[in-house]
Amino acid sequence: MSLLQVKNLQVSYGGIQAVKGIDFSIGKGELVTLIGANGAGKTTTLRTLVGMVKRSGGSIEFDGKETAGIPSHAFVRHGLAMVPEGRGIFGKLTVEENLLMGAYVRDDKAQILVEMERIYQLFPRLKERQRQLAGTLSGGEQQMVAMGRAMLSKPKLLLLDEPSMGLAPIIVQKIFEIIQMVAAEGVTMLLVEQNARLALEVSQRGYVMESGRITMEGEAKTLLDDERVRNAYLGD
Amino acid sequence: MDTFLQQILNGLVLGSIYALIALGYTMVYGIMGLINFAHGEVVMVGAMVTISVISGLTHFGVNLPGPVLLLIGVAVAIPSCMLLGFVIERVAYRPLRGAQRLAPLITAIGLSIVLQQLAILIWGRNYIPFPPVLDHDVVTIFGASITTLQIFIIVMCFAIMVGLLVMVERTRLGRAMRATSQNPSVAGLMGVNVNTIISATFVIGSALGAIAGVMVATNYDQAHYYMGFMIGLKAFTAAVLGGIGNLGGAVAGGILLGIIESLGAGYIGSLTGGFLGSNYQDIFAFMVLILVLIFRPSGLLGEKMADRA
Ligand SMILES: Nc1ncnc2c1ncn2[C@@H]1O[C@H](COP(=O)(O)OP(=O)(O)OP(=O)(O)O)[C@@H](O)[C@H]1O
Ligand SMILES: [Mg+2]
Repeated sequence: MSLLQVKNLQVSYGGIQAVKGIDFSIGKGELVTLIGANGAGKTTTLRTLVGMVKRSGGSIEFDGKETAGIPSHAFVRHGLAMVPEGRGIFGKLTVEENLLMGAYVRDDKAQILVEMERIYQLFPRLKERQRQLAGTLSGGEQQMVAMGRAMLSKPKLLLLDEPSMGLAPIIVQKIFEIIQMVAAEGVTMLLVEQNARLALEVSQRGYVMESGRITMEGEAKTLLDDERVRNAYLGD
Repeated sequence: MDTFLQQILNGLVLGSIYALIALGYTMVYGIMGLINFAHGEVVMVGAMVTISVISGLTHFGVNLPGPVLLLIGVAVAIPSCMLLGFVIERVAYRPLRGAQRLAPLITAIGLSIVLQQLAILIWGRNYIPFPPVLDHDVVTIFGASITTLQIFIIVMCFAIMVGLLVMVERTRLGRAMRATSQNPSVAGLMGVNVNTIISATFVIGSALGAIAGVMVATNYDQAHYYMGFMIGLKAFTAAVLGGIGNLGGAVAGGILLGIIESLGAGYIGSLTGGFLGSNYQDIFAFMVLILVLIFRPSGLLGEKMADRA
């Protein structure tokens, strides 16, 4: 049974259709990637999944329920979290306050503190910088804050929008290790990436998006070997 | 020397009231980048409602000590103004969210005129004396005099401002307010209901405005439908002086402006050889506003405008 089931999803900005009727699904515990060129509609798709953008058509069923009626601030309560494109850090909040914002909708204070400690174990650099304003962190550290923050909402589905964007290769490596660790803990994830090779290497399945449509899908391994994918996205 | 200390004390009274009102401007600006020019009218309504409640109670022969009457008046005025602030945001600003910046600005000015006209309908055009509920005992400090009421005003203002700062810096609501002011869409992603936060901001700012209105009216012993205009403009100046959007800046700007204005009023006569009297004290506030806008538009504690997302 899939956790997320999207059918014929369409999204428009003004008159321009950015997502032109796509279908995809994500099973519980899966790590699925969505790759595609700039402007393909990946961010739009993710934003629609978390209610930041209203769809113009189609259905989204999450955890067995249609999400259409949910107010945008309530998606996180239903178990949908997103690490937004560009990280969306609160620069003038401290690292700790940023993490606490991730747990905003929760009231199990003791458990939150336990999980914060776990985040700090995962990202020891953040522990050292707990009381520092998040805006003063490096790009990689900010990405860690964004991921830790999203994890603190205890999502059933975690959406990651280009977590490697603008980061040095060594940091990208680190971020992908963390993605795999999080996946190993059973968190279901949808990963949007420009770095298609890395994304496909860590994922089980993948979708390829082009100009608002899904043009290919399959096992990540199969896509990695696919001629068209190799030419268009892997630079071979 | 006497004049100097006296004007500093006067400035402190005036300045802490400005600061209280300036916080209302700066909180709203911080959250939604909007100057709520109707805030001065909320201050006026706070004063008017208090006076009406006290007069009403006295009229119906309720025999209570003055300070208790005042307390009841304030206890009615605060929620009335909170409701007013809530309605102002819902009716005048929410429908314009996402519109060009000029639209809500014009609405704000229009709204402030509407509120003044409503005040005329309810309370008339004349100055209304504040009911004599408080004794104005005078205390002398190093030759300068201050009333017990004024001391109370300063202490209250500081207590309220500290309380507000603690709320914003230390509580979950305050954290959500700061997050919303920095990035409303990501705050929404975290589960913050941005509309609730904006309403809360207006409501809290209006409560402070109500208290400030009562302070102004007791300090000058009168209220008037137009009183919100000048005091609002000055508090706005204070907010700009401190750096609009910055809470500490609003407090610093308010106090500084109060002191500048009082010193100006105290010395303008001797500075101009008696040509201008202390009734020209208002020019100082606006000179400050103009100078700040020319030389340091981001204010004393504010960051550069370009830094705002
Ligand atoms: N807020 C918006 N208003 C209008 N058009 C938009 C908006 N956001 C995105 N678009 C348009 O929708 C299309 C899809 O954009 P989207 O950001 O979803 O692409 P993307 O696949 O995430 O691209 P990238 O890899 O560059 O992040 C683009 O043509 C873009 O110009
Ligand atoms: Mg994108």
